[in-house]
Parts: sequence; structure tokens; C-alpha cells
Amino acid sequence: MEKETARSKRDRYLPYLLVLPTLAFVLLFTVWPTLSAFYRSFFQQRLNIAKFRTPTFIGLGNYANIFSDPHFHRVLANTLRYIIGTVPISILLGFFFAMLVNRKVRNIGLARLAFFHTTILPMVSAATVWMFFFTPGYGLFNTVLAALGYAGPQNWTGSPDLALLAVMIVAIWKNAGYYMIFYLAGLQNLPTPLYEAAGLDGANWWQAIWHLTLPLLRRTTLFITTIAFIDAFRTIDHIFVLTSGGPSEASTVLLYYLWQKRFEQLDIGFSSALTVILILVLLVFTITNFRVSEKGEEDV
Amino acid sequence: MSNKLRIRAGQLGANFLTLGLSLLWLTPVFWTLIASLRPADDPLGRGNVWFGYTLTLANYWRAWSMAPFGEYYLNTISLVLMILGVQLVTVTIAAFAFTHYQFTGKKALFFFILLQMMIPTSALLAPNFSTISKLGLFDTLLAIGIPYFGSAFGTFLLRQAFLEVPRDLVDAGTIDGCSWWQLLWHIYLPPSFPTLIAFGLSSVIWHWNEFLWPLIVTNSTSSRPLTTGLVRFTQLGEIGAQWSLLTAATLLVVGPLFIIFLIFQRRFIQSFVHSGLK
Repeated sequence: MEKETARSKRDRYLPYLLVLPTLAFVLLFTVWPTLSAFYRSFFQQRLNIAKFRTPTFIGLGNYANIFSDPHFHRVLANTLRYIIGTVPISILLGFFFAMLVNRKVRNIGLARLAFFHTTILPMVSAATVWMFFFTPGYGLFNTVLAALGYAGPQNWTGSPDLALLAVMIVAIWKNAGYYMIFYLAGLQNLPTPLYEAAGLDGANWWQAIWHLTLPLLRRTTLFITTIAFIDAFRTIDHIFVLTSGGPSEASTVLLYYLWQKRFEQLDIGFSSALTVILILVLLVFTITNFRVSEKGEEDV
Repeated sequence: MSNKLRIRAGQLGANFLTLGLSLLWLTPVFWTLIASLRPADDPLGRGNVWFGYTLTLANYWRAWSMAPFGEYYLNTISLVLMILGVQLVTVTIAAFAFTHYQFTGKKALFFFILLQMMIPTSALLAPNFSTISKLGLFDTLLAIGIPYFGSAFGTFLLRQAFLEVPRDLVDAGTIDGCSWWQLLWHIYLPPSFPTLIAFGLSSVIWHWNEFLWPLIVTNSTSSRPLTTGLVRFTQLGEIGAQWSLLTAATLLVVGPLFIIFLIFQRRFIQSFVHSGLK
């Protein structure tokens, strides 16, 4: 009897114990840093200036500084351009690739591999390789463009007009294959009888895609949009390799700016406020996306 | 008849498009391989980008000797295995608890853990750096790995797999007097193996490739992984634009991962397709 109660008592605590390790790491490295960044964003603290070493409360001072900072405006514009230029195109390409390789043709596995292999590469290696393509003079990119009649060799990563475009190209090349996999998974789970019915009704290929495939893959698209959006904010490895954010901030995006503020200029207060802004943007977007996805489910 | 012909033509067009785009997508990798095999003194001038007169492995040996790639390798492999080992345990038991038990606060705790998927660790690098310093972990492999020891993604994924396990099987196990870990080991885990492999592979790839966080929390060869090592290598003064060396070094970093991927690729893509990542 006594043994029995001991056992049921243990069973009551067991699930908590099993969840505890994961919970502890999430607390320590997700929740705590979020709160701590929020707290520190109200203080002025710069480690490289003696009189600002100890934190001083300045209320919303850091936020005021951020929003009046011309560099921040530039960075924000770059980030927006980066997202608008990479997210939709890589998703569209991913869908297109998935349509192409979701056919029963000989050696189609090799094509899947060709599109997907970029996902396995470290971003820094990908960027190192692309560094060559962008080289002025004999770089492959310029050679091809010249052959197409485009005006002369360009220094892609060194030009204020092209640097951001250069890092965007690398990101699209790297990510499209990843999104393809999710679409491929989605396509393979679609009900074929529906298509046969549509075929009998005389729907052509485009109509089938527009009225059947895309609506059925709505959740997949929302999921991919979410991860693509988060990835656009968090991956800056190629910027380190290709442009270091330059020339004159032409390719500095939000997280890169945050890194510079925190680890080059040692400005704790400013970088904490930037962290808070970044978190808010990510949370608002993912939660909205999630709710749209859930709502769609109810409507259907 | 004409309809059939149109479909045939469409298929043919799609085939050519697939072929062309595949080759386009593979160009950087082909070029890297070729450039890495060309003698270092063979200039990559215009018109001579793709083919030199001879091929050699010398660049690999030189690149290997110019930076401590051996040590970087060891660091990356230890790091990846350490993270994977811990994750497999934490993720499995958490997913089991969230599937098998009803307990107060279950939903809230699950949502809490999912926060990790919405706020990526990279966004938190500034405050996490402070935590690592305070814990006295700066410049250790543990510093690179510890933020990932709990994985919301893995917990979520494995829970999906566990939910597919037939309830009857679980009930039968309970009646037979299985303890919780016997249930987990003999009933939940075997059918969830593909998901576990999918998660394991993506974890290994992700951490093999990570750059920014290791860059921030390490500053010596003894804890630096391959990615940050490679970037240091590309910035060495004497490297300049020696593409043969750069590409050889790049392939040294990527090679093993690529081989693993080629061996497992069918499994990898399949498990992605079936793992509920839909």
C-alpha cells in the first residue's frame, strides 16, 4: 500500500522531471536573455568609454537614439530590401523546383540533389565560393554578363549599388532548395483523385495549379514563409565573408548592425534595445502567421 | 491525339528546364572542385577559368598545412556529437512527457518551449554572450553547444511522431506492467526512428555549419570550429586571391558533410517528407 502511493506520487512528478532539462535550457538561453535585453535596454552602458562603464538608467533613451540614428534608418531600409528581394523569390523558386522534380522521370533524383545540395553547405563556404564569381575582371558572373552584352566588369561586393544584391543572390541560391523539400513533401501528399477529376473537368495545367495545388499547399506556404522570414533576419554569415556590411553600410542588415554595436563598439544599452526590436519584429510576424494558418483551418 | 502530343512536348520542355537549372545550380560546386585541383601557379585569368593543363592535389596539402585544420576538425566533430548526444536525450524524454502524460500546465509549458522556435538563438547573441561569460564558459566548446541542448524543434518533431504510435500498443504495454522507460524504449521509439534520424541529421548539419555564435564565443584554436577557421584562413594575408588554396580549404570544410549526405540523402529527403514537416 505504502509502495503504491510512493509510486503514484512519483508518477505525478515524472512528466515535470522529463520536461525539466529542455525547459531549463529554454529558460536560460531564450527567456532569460529576452528579459535581460529588455531590462538593459533602459540603461546606458558602453564598455569602451570609462565614464559610461557602469550602467545608468536613461528610460527610453536608447530607443530614442535608435530611431533618430541615420545609420539605423539605412540598416532598416537594407533589411527590408533584403527580405523583399530574397524571401518571395526563394519560395517561388522552391515551389518551381518542387514541381519540376515531383515527376516520375529517370534520374530525377539527381536533379533533386542538384537543387538541394546547397542546403548542406555552410553559408561561409558558399560565400567563399561566390566571392570568386563576383570578382571583377575574370569572375564568372562578370564574364557571363559581359558575354550577354552587359557593360564591362563590375566589382560586385565593392560597389554600393551591387553589394546588397550580391549577398541576396547568394542567399537565394542557398535557400531555394531547402524550401523545395517542404513543397515536395506537400506535393507528394496531395490526393491524386482530385487531379483526375479536375482533368476530366477539362482544367488545364495552370488552372490545376492555381485552383488546386496552391490552395491545398497553403499551410506549407505559410510554414515556409515563416522559416524564410526568420532566416532572412538571422543569417548574416555571407555578409561577414563577402562585404563586411560595406561599402559604407550598403549591405549592413539589422543583425549585422546589432553585432557591430555590441562587439565592435561595445555599446551594451544600444545593442540591447536593438535586440528587443528584433525580437518584437520576429514575434509579431510568426504569431500573425501562425494565427492566419490556424484561422484558415477553421474556414475550410 | 494533339492533346497527347502537347503533354509529351510539355514533359520534354520540363525535362530540359530541369536539366538546365540543375546544371546552373551546380556550377559553383563544379567550379570549386576544378579550381581546387589546379596548380596554384596556373593563373585563373580570363578564358582560362575552367581548364588548366594539369590537375593536382597539392593545394589540399598546402591549405591543410597553412592552418590548424586538424584541430578545427576535431573541434567541429566533438561539438556536433556533444550537441546531438544531449539533444537526443532531452528531446526524447520531453516529447514522451508531452505525448504520454496529462499534467497541469502541459499546454503552457509546451508553448513556452516553442518560444525557442520563434525567437532564434542568433537574435539573442548579445545577452547570451553575457550569460556565457558569467558562467565562465567563454572560449570553450561547451559555450558553443550549450544554448542548443534543449531543442523546441526536436521536441515538436518527435512529439508528432509519438502521437502516431497506436494507442492500443501503448495500453497493452501498460497492462503488461512496463515502466515508463520501457514504454518509451520498446513502444514509442522504434516506429519514430525515421523522425529521430531526420532530426539528428539536421542537427548535425546545422551545427557543423554554424558560424556567427562560435565566432563570438571563441577566440583560440583550441575551441574554434571549421567554419570560423575557414573564415580566418580566407583572411590570412598571404592567401590573397589564391583561389586554388581557398577552394581547397572550402572543400576540406564541406567534404565530410557532403559524403555523409550523399550516403544518407535518400533517407534524409524521405524522412523530411514523412516526418510531419508538412
